[in-house]
Formats: sequence, C-alpha cells, structure tokens
Amino acid sequence: MVDRATTTEPAHTVPPDVAEGQVTFTLDGRQVTARKGEMLIAAAERAGTFIPRFCYHPRMKSVGVCRMCLVEVSGPRGASLQPSCFVEVAEGSEVTTDSDKVKKAQDGVLEFLLINHPLDCPVCDKGGECPLQDQTLAHGPGETRFVEEKRHFEKPIPISELVLLDRERCIQCSRCTRFAAEVAGEAQIDFIGRADQLEINIFPGLPFSSYFSGNTVQICPVGALTAVPYRFSARPWDLDQVESTCTTCSVGCRVAVQSSSNRVTRLLGIDADPVNHGWLCDKGRFAFESVNSEDRLTEPMVRKAGRLVTVSWHEALDVVADGLRAATKKSGGPGGVGVIGGARLTNEGAYTWAKLAKGILGTDSVDAQLGDGLPAEVVLGLPRATIDEAVGADTVIVLSGDIREELPVLFLRLRSGIVDGDLSLVELSPQATALTPHAAVSLRYLPGAATELAKAIADHGAPAPATADPTDLAEARRLAGADKVVIVVGRPSLAEDGALVAEAVQVLARALPKATFLPALRRGNVMGALDMGLSPGLLPGRVGLEPGRQWFTQAWGKVPDERGLGTTEILESAGGSTGGEGARTDKPHRNGARVRALVILGADPLTDFPDAGMVRRALAGADFVVSVASLPGPLSAHADVVLPVAEAHERPGTTTNIEGRISRLGQKLVQPGQSWPDWMIAAELAVHLGADLHLDSVAEVWDEIERLAPAYRGITRSVLDTPGATDGVVAPLTVTAVAFSRRPGSAPLDPIAFPGVESVEQQGAPPRAGLAGARTAGIAANAANAANGSKGAPEVGAGTSGDAAVTNQPPQLAGPFEITVPRVVPTDSYSVRLVASRRLYDRGAAVDAVPVLAGLIPDSPLRVNPHDLDDLGIGTGGNVKVRTATTSLVLVAVADPSLPRKVVATDFNVPLAEGTVADLIDATAPVTELRLETP
Amino acid sequence: MPVTGAPKIITGRIGHADSHTLERYLATGGYDGLRKALAMTPEAVVHEIDTASLLGRGGAGFPAGRKWAMLRQSPVTYLVVNGDESEPATFKDHLLVERDPHQLIEGVLIAAYATQVSQVFIYLRGEFALGLERVQAALNDAYSHGAVGNDIFGSGFSVDVVVHPGAGAYICGEETALLESLEGKRGFPRIKPPFFPAAIGLYGEPTVVNNVETMSNLPWIVLNGGSAFAALGEGRSTGTRLFALAGHVNRPGVFEIEMVKTTFRDLIHAPVLGGGIPHGRELKAFIPGGVSAPWFGPDEIDLPLGQDEVADAGSMLGSGSVVVMDDHTCAVRASWRITKFFARESCGQCTPCREGSGWLEKIMERIETGNGREDDLDLLLDVCDNIAPGLTWPPQQTTICVLGPSIPSSIGSAIQMFRDEFLVHIKEGGCPYG
Repeated sequence: MVDRATTTEPAHTVPPDVAEGQVTFTLDGRQVTARKGEMLIAAAERAGTFIPRFCYHPRMKSVGVCRMCLVEVSGPRGASLQPSCFVEVAEGSEVTTDSDKVKKAQDGVLEFLLINHPLDCPVCDKGGECPLQDQTLAHGPGETRFVEEKRHFEKPIPISELVLLDRERCIQCSRCTRFAAEVAGEAQIDFIGRADQLEINIFPGLPFSSYFSGNTVQICPVGALTAVPYRFSARPWDLDQVESTCTTCSVGCRVAVQSSSNRVTRLLGIDADPVNHGWLCDKGRFAFESVNSEDRLTEPMVRKAGRLVTVSWHEALDVVADGLRAATKKSGGPGGVGVIGGARLTNEGAYTWAKLAKGILGTDSVDAQLGDGLPAEVVLGLPRATIDEAVGADTVIVLSGDIREELPVLFLRLRSGIVDGDLSLVELSPQATALTPHAAVSLRYLPGAATELAKAIADHGAPAPATADPTDLAEARRLAGADKVVIVVGRPSLAEDGALVAEAVQVLARALPKATFLPALRRGNVMGALDMGLSPGLLPGRVGLEPGRQWFTQAWGKVPDERGLGTTEILESAGGSTGGEGARTDKPHRNGARVRALVILGADPLTDFPDAGMVRRALAGADFVVSVASLPGPLSAHADVVLPVAEAHERPGTTTNIEGRISRLGQKLVQPGQSWPDWMIAAELAVHLGADLHLDSVAEVWDEIERLAPAYRGITRSVLDTPGATDGVVAPLTVTAVAFSRRPGSAPLDPIAFPGVESVEQQGAPPRAGLAGARTAGIAANAANAANGSKGAPEVGAGTSGDAAVTNQPPQLAGPFEITVPRVVPTDSYSVRLVASRRLYDRGAAVDAVPVLAGLIPDSPLRVNPHDLDDLGIGTGGNVKVRTATTSLVLVAVADPSLPRKVVATDFNVPLAEGTVADLIDATAPVTELRLETP
Repeated sequence: MPVTGAPKIITGRIGHADSHTLERYLATGGYDGLRKALAMTPEAVVHEIDTASLLGRGGAGFPAGRKWAMLRQSPVTYLVVNGDESEPATFKDHLLVERDPHQLIEGVLIAAYATQVSQVFIYLRGEFALGLERVQAALNDAYSHGAVGNDIFGSGFSVDVVVHPGAGAYICGEETALLESLEGKRGFPRIKPPFFPAAIGLYGEPTVVNNVETMSNLPWIVLNGGSAFAALGEGRSTGTRLFALAGHVNRPGVFEIEMVKTTFRDLIHAPVLGGGIPHGRELKAFIPGGVSAPWFGPDEIDLPLGQDEVADAGSMLGSGSVVVMDDHTCAVRASWRITKFFARESCGQCTPCREGSGWLEKIMERIETGNGREDDLDLLLDVCDNIAPGLTWPPQQTTICVLGPSIPSSIGSAIQMFRDEFLVHIKEGGCPYG
C-alpha cells in the first residue's frame, strides 16, 4: 500500500506524443524515448516490448506487488531487479528485459503463483482468457516441483448478489481491492490474514454492494472473481464480439458485446479515454439479460374483442395507420396524436420517428422525456462541456439528481477529478447524494427554490436562502468565480417541476457566461432523441420549430403548424383534462385539440412517469394506444396495438451521449421473431399512411441526418468510421472535438485481463453505392467544413432542393430562453415538500427483467429531517402517514439530517412500505406538498 | 581480557528496582543530557552524534547522524522510534523499554531537537505490555516535569510524543510497514525507491525512523561528548552495544559490551557473560546477528563483535542477537524452525515471499520428518535463489522488503555447513537427533 499523495500518475495517462520532458533510455540494447515520469512497463509496451504483469493496471496506481514485471535496471550500484510498473524511466538508464536473470526471476514468480493455485482451469470461467494461464504457457515451467498440499478455501463464496469469490484461485494482486478503494471509493473488499493465508474478502455481514462491483470481475487476472450471470455460460473461444456503446444510461460507456448462439453472454468495458476508462456500472454490465429474456415480444399484436391477438406486420400497421388517422380527424388536427418516449431508440430510429410524426403526421406533441427531464430547448441551447472538460475544470457545479444513482460512470469520472485532480465540486441539492462527501460545498435548497439558491450564488448581493449556510454560500460564490467552470444539470427531484430547475440553470448560465454545461438527463439515448427532434418545438439537429420551418419543410414537405405538447400535457390531454389546473397560465393544449391516440415508443409511463394517476387517466381516456416495445409490460394491457421492436445489441446505428458524443452501436444479435428495428417500423408505417420517408437503410438515415440536422453536419459515416474516432465524435463537429479520440496504440481492453480478446470488431453501417466514397478525406477535411459553419458546402442529396436550401440551414439553438416557470405557492405552513429521487436499481424494464438485478431493487423509506420526526413524535424506523389531497400512504420513516426542515424524500419507482411515490406526485403542481401524520 | 572496562552507557541504571521511575532517573543525572542539548544549537548536537559515529542499532547499522542529515527539507517532519522488536531471540530493546523508559524518552527528545521535529511517535511492540505501561507512565511524568510538550525546560523548543502499540506483526518492524501501520493501514512495506522514509515517510512527509537502543545512547553522548563515545570500540563500530545472547549458553541474557574489543568467544564463554555451553558440549554453530543472518561455525568464534568485521566474514551483526547451538542441535530442525517463523510472519503482499516462505517451510518440514527427497536440497536452494537471486551476501531480492531475502539465510547456511546432516535425514527417513 503506497501513499497516494506521493505516487506518480499511471503511465497510461501520459500521452505518448508529448515532446516536452522526454527521456531516452536503453531497452534491451535499443534506444527508446519516453516521457519523463512514465513507468517503465508502459514505455516498454509502447516500444513493442510486453513485460509480463498481473497487478499493474493502467487506470490504477501501481503497487508493484506481484513481482512478475521484474526487469534489470541499471543504478548507482549496478543493475538490479526492479518492478517495471513501479520504476520511472530515467535518462540514460539501461533496462534489460530478456536476460537470464530476468527470466529466472519471472519464471520463479510464476512458479510461486502456481504452487497454491488450484489449476482447475477446465471448470474455470477464466480458462482461455486467463493471464495466469497464458503467461504460464509463455514463461512458466512445464511441470510442478510443488508436491505438498495446496492451500484450501471454501469455493466459491458469494460476496454479493452479482459476484462470487474463489479464494483458492486468487493471486493476491490487489487489483480488485484497489479498484474498490481508489476508483469506486468504496473499500468493501480487502485483504484478511497474512503470509500464504492472505485472502480477499468482504467484511463480515457487509456484502460487496458497490454499483461498480462487476469491474473487479473484469480486471481480475485469474478466475477468483466471477460474475453470477456469466458463470459457466460460455467459453471465451466460443464468443463473438462487437464494439458498441452501452445505452442503459446516457453516459455512453464503450463496451465489447460478447455473444454465443445469438445470446448476449457478457459485456466488457472498453477503455474509451474520453468516456469510461474501461469501467462500467453493474446495471450497464448486466442489464443485457433483458435482451435475452424468454418473454421478448416476437410478433405484432392487435386487440380484437378485448384480447391481443397475433397478426401480420401488414395488418398491424394498417390498424395503426387507421387509428392515427381517426384520432387526427376526431381532434380536428394532427395534435390528436401524441408520441411519448424515444430515449431507448438509436439516433436513426429517433430521426425516422421524428420525421414520421412531424413530417408526415404533422403532430408536434412528441416527447422523448417522461416528465423526468428538463425543457429540451434549455438543455440543447446551453454551451456543452465534455466529460473530460468537467473532470479537468476548476469547479463543477452540480444541480441534478444523485449522479451515482443516475449516471454511475460519470460519478466515477467526477470523483476521480476531485480525489486525484484539482477539481472542486459545488453541489446544489435538496438532499445529500453520493457526491456530497466529495463536495467542497454542498448547499441545500427547498424543492421549488433552486432559482433562489442559484441567484444567491450568481449575485453576491442576493439574500442567502435559509437552507444554505452563509459560509458555505460564500465559498460556493468564490468557487463559481473560477476560470474553468462546468455545470452539471439534471433533475434533482421528480416531485419538482423541471421548469423550476431550468430557471435556476438559466440564472447560472447568465451569471457565468464562460461556464459550459453537461446535461445529466439519464435515459439511454435521450440526448440523441432530443437532438433528432423528439420533443415539442424542436426539429432535428438542435433546431427550433420556427427557425427550422423553412429548411425542414423543403426537406420533408411539411412540419407541424404549431408547437405541441410535452409528455405531461399529452397525458393530461388524453385523460380528458381541460387544463387550467395548477399555476400555469399558458397550457399548450389551449386550442383544445385533445390527444386521442398515444404512440408509446419503448417506454412504460405506468411505472416510469412521476404521476401514476395521470397516466391511468390518460390510458383510460385515449381512444387508441400503440405500444412499440420489446417486452410485455403493464402497458400491454392498455394497448390496442403492440409492435415488437429490436433491442440494444440487435440493431446497428448510432447513439449520442450527454456530451453530444456520437458513437457507433454494434449489432451482435439477430432480433427475435418478427421484431423490427424502430426506424423500419416508422418507415413502413409511413407507407401505410400513404407516404414515403425515402429511408431504406440505417446508412441512409444517417446520411440524411448528417445532411439535414445542423448540429450533426460533417459527421459522416466515414468520419465515424475513422480509426481515431472509435470512441465517438462530439457534435457539433469542431476541430478540437476529434482530439479526444482513442490514442493510437492504447488497448481498448486491458490486454492482460482479456489477452484473447484484444481486438474488437468495429461494425459500421454497410457502405452505400454512390456515397461511400464521397467523403474519404477524413476528419481534418470534415472538420474544416464544419468550421465554416452552416455556410460550408455540404453536398446535397435526394430530398433537398439544391444549394439554396443549404445556405439557408437554420441556426442551432442557443439560450438562454424565455421559459414558462410555474409559481410555487406553499399550501400552508404545516405541509412538507417532497423530494423524489432516482435509484440505479428501480422497477424499470432494464432492471426488472434481469433476474440478478431485480433482487437489488431496494425498499425505500421516507427520509425526514430528524427535528420534523421529533415534532411528530415518531422514532426513526417508525410508521408515518403521508397524505396528499387525493390519497394517503403509510410509510416507514427514517431520520435524515441532510434534509432541510419541512422537506421529506424518498425514491422513485421502487417499492415503498405501501404504494409508490408516483401515487403521491401531482405532475401538474410545481412541487408536491404532503402532510405528515401519525398513523 | 574478555570484558573491557568500558562504562555502562545505556544499562547503568537497570540494576535498581525503580530504574523506570522519574525519581530514580533524575537522581542519576536524568534529563541533564536534554538540558545540555537544548543549550546547544541543533547543528552542534548533530555534530556530536556524527563525532560519536553512532551506528543504528536496529539491524542495518546505518550511522544515525547521517540518517538525520538525509532528512528532506519540509515544513512537516516526523521522528518515529521503532520499538517493534519481534524477531526470535532478539530482546534487547525489550529491556530498555521496560527498565529505563526515561532514558529512551530523553534520547528521543534530543533527537527531535537535533532534527527540529515537533512530533514524535514511539511505536512499541504490542506484546510489550509492561513496556507500554512504563513508557506511557514515564512519558506522562516527563510531560509533568516539563521535559516534553510546549517550550520544554523553557528552551522555546516544543515537541509532542505519542506512544503507539503494534498489533502483533513482525513485519511492522520493517520501517515502511511500521509507517503504514502507524497510519492505520495494513502493515505492508512500501517500495524503496521511492519510499525512503527520509524523503517520503509518515503521511508522505520526511521521517526519521530510529531504533530504541540508538535513541537510548543519545543522553550519554550529549553529556559526555561524541569523542568519548568514539573512543570506545574501534573503526566505525564505536561505543558499546547490547547483545542478546540466547540458545545453548549457561547465562543467556542481555549484555552491554564495548564493540570490536570483545569477541564471540568472550560473549559465549566469559564467566560474566555467556558463561560457556552447558553440559560440557561443544559449539556446533552460532547465529551472529539475529535469525535473518547467515550462520557461523566454530572457526569464526574469534571474530570481534564489530559491524564491519562480521560483515566481512559473510554475515551481519544485525540486531545484536546471538544464538548459540551446541553439537546436539539438529541443523535441519533449527533451520526449519526459523523458516517457519518467516513463513508465518510474511505479510503476504508480494509473491516470492508469500508463496516462497510457505513452500520452503513445507520442504524443510518434509526433510525433518523423514519425507525428504534427494533433489530437495537443489530445490531448496533454487527456491531460495528465486527469492534472493544469486544467494549472495548481502542478498539481492525479488521481493519488496528484506523479509524475503532473510528466509534463505538459515537454509543456505544449514545446507552449506551441514549438507551431510540433510542427506542423513533424507536417506534414513528421519531425524538422527530424535
């Protein structure tokens, strides 16, 4: 265990192309150049000499414990054996990696590692991709000289619901314990005992409950740590793999998707330097089991005589077309159709549905967010930051939900910036989060009062809110004045109108004009869906409806006449509400065009929308409900048509993460039965509506996006397929954006954890005749085009009317915007305000359909300020009655001193002692207020 | 002359039953050295220690004055006293800790003043129950006396001292493992370079780590002058040293002896020292400096007790522990016993020591219990070679710390000196000594 403050940074993080501070040393007689401070093992690897190793990991601090990487290094007292992972290159030093002495030492270490190793390779998951096995074949002895009895432990023992530990196989390299302590910040596993009884284990009675536990399985160099879902499911040599992007949340971690017999067997994190550094959260890693589910929908179904019956696609799409036409007619306009969802789609799927909804049906009541996001114009109009820019900033201001629960790997990156770097974090939140212990300042605000706090930070003369400590506020003001400030914006609570948060965000944006923003909207491809126009008032490419009207009318033939509804208003309208409730004065459905038909794209508002009552009323009130889904959820019972859709890993295309980074999705599986990819459903539905989207392949869709969507201009398929762009390309394209590409020579997968699977296939869309060769000049040329802005000279294909249209390309959104913000009027002085936060494991389909994850969904209590609990005379753990105007629930109360007085908190879409929080939230109210009573 | 007329520098007080009390200490010149040091400049104190040529008494024998001079400049520095004496047959610090705790504290304060350190930690072996009690009591008395704390003896110099008990791991006597343990972590040694305590020590700050006996010498040196200390002994080995004599002698115990002027023969046989080998038996072998050291045989008995003299002969004076084995001793069993100790006490952090120590112990057990094989000697030496390449002295190492290369010492010595005895074990299927 070395002292963190004094170790040098891992070699991997040293760019090899930095000329300053280079040193030259002799490696096996050759002159090799490396950067000063670089570790020998990394410098040698880049120079083509792979030094065997076990404990070294390029993303963690070296410890030099396995001793496998011993090499001879010259020193003042002659050459001596030194661990090359722990020795910095020194000018003029002589390093020998191939002498008899080195070989004997390395062979000796390998023999030592093997004497107590069970050699149960035939029944070990790691067999075939095991560094111990491989390096034994390369360097080790052919026969054992150890005739004694080996060390024995009970095997395997579960250390969590997801991870099993076989201590007999462990080689004590400490990769797992270092990951848990250094990277995740949760030292839940550690060494116990000493000498050859040294073992890894959990603390008694405390499971390895980290959200990041699966990473230890991935980096374990032997089969000591195995994942419950993968155990005995495949042999590595039988696995096929493709590089892709995880779409479980919107961080966009790069992954290798591995499959066998058309089933996903495993996801591995790929070391994408700008994004995930090889790490994944357990939800992202294991959620693939929902794709393999036996319950997958495989055939279109239509409700006949009250029952869903299997029909052909032709018949199903005819029914859908008729239903949508009828709804439009009955409502007297295209506003009769509302489209909800879309964050689960690829960019291509989202674009095709946007084109269908807005260009063919003509409805603007389309929303990929489920009442849990922020106003799309505000988010898309903010100057965007990358994750690297946030991690490398002076100050990050977080106004969002708990990042570890919502965007887990972003939490790892931000935490690393704080712990390993010089980042200061200012947190604005109604309750404590996993980032709170790392925050320089964590300021509380009363739900509904984020703007008051933002103003207090922005304006030094503004009064301090009662919830914020004045000293902390002064420190927050100081930190907000730093040179490089990145603001992370999301939804701190689902029981608080997103417009209230957006208002606070705009206050900060105006006060800190140099600051850039990282959206913390959590749904898989929500950023891509918004970019593709799946939001009211938007058109593809981060363009507003009015500014883009001419451009897209020319391209599509038509766009909606007026701004439509968001999900909350769509549901409200479908439920028959006439509006006018609550504090809002300009309900968008003011013209009275009631939503009659709902098209729900891969979402389940019954469990995943903050106000359960509103959804039930909407489904009951709608004439016609179409569910485009991969699994039968509660929604199927309400659907008139169910269309089976391809899932992640079954469809090629692209996705866009919170940074606006566009990356390739790999297709590894054939979708089950007759399910189709989203884009194809929209394209065929258009035909059944008597139109033609002119989109016949994923590649064509992308080409049209690149041509028409201003923010995506210049990001052609050839740009995405450039080798340096494997980790994605940030939109809009700038010259600097491509500088964040994967470095040549860096391995996407840690080569010793997965020695057999170093190279990962990159699966681009198939080339299309006539266009494939059109832009082969590479990134630089395209970047130059993009730098010219909308006045560049992109080529024009079918569907546009010539150069004149190109020069009229609409401007991208740029805020701040005037948004309608509801006024918060406290009910009375007895009421408390509710905070409803997200948990990583909830009853969403990505978890609920995955057996190993479903067991991790927590039961949440109601968290109450201890003084408020005292006033009620209820002890922590006692029952409390929670009452709204329409309902009441009896919940378990626990004291939470992080909450301001008169604020209570619980979690969304997880079981409570009774009901769920969606029973309590009124989506039409700016904040949800409750009364607490003794039951 | 078997025993010189050198003064008792650090054991002069222990004949008194109340040697550990402040009263006895003050009555016998206690804290006069500290008062004298405080009247000097820190540089002058360091100069006295340099003049004395005080070699560290913990095992490595590095000159204390030079160690202090290597301390990296920093606003925060620490002094840590290593009192984790835990090696078999080494028990000299034990005596000093229990019988003269004030002398240790005074030495510590002088060292702190000389190095201008304001925070000292005394890390004592956890099993020193009485020693911990007495050092803590003495420290409390010293605080009351004004010798420790703020503005000690009105000198303007302030220093705090904390006593910290170890938790029962031999490895924590290794200075960097000790620092880890002191920081509240597992006692895993750090890798040198770069973690030399003088540069990157406790909590990452420059740290002097000195042994209990080394510290205990300081009051006398300051009072009597470095030259007086240097006048004792010979060459680099100056002053007196404590030797913990164990094994087959009539009078095992701790003896303070002038360095170089006395030989191992004197130590073992002089009536006032070891008093000879019991039952009229002959000397078979002896370990000159703790169980990490290579063994000597009867031929080396006339070597003087000097650091360089013993090193030149291929072993080390180490921790000052001398273990005598008579001719009824089974070399295999003795070596196995030592190997067993290291196999239990390896911290397990790095591979060669964690796995190699246990393997060697198992092979030694096999040979001693009659299950040896002919190629076991080659195997033993090759496994040793994989821990300490070349089996040279001083050893090279594939391990992080020197616990690893300590293991082959006894095995290598036993095989080299008593190869036939190993072969008898193997051929006859058991131990000839019964």
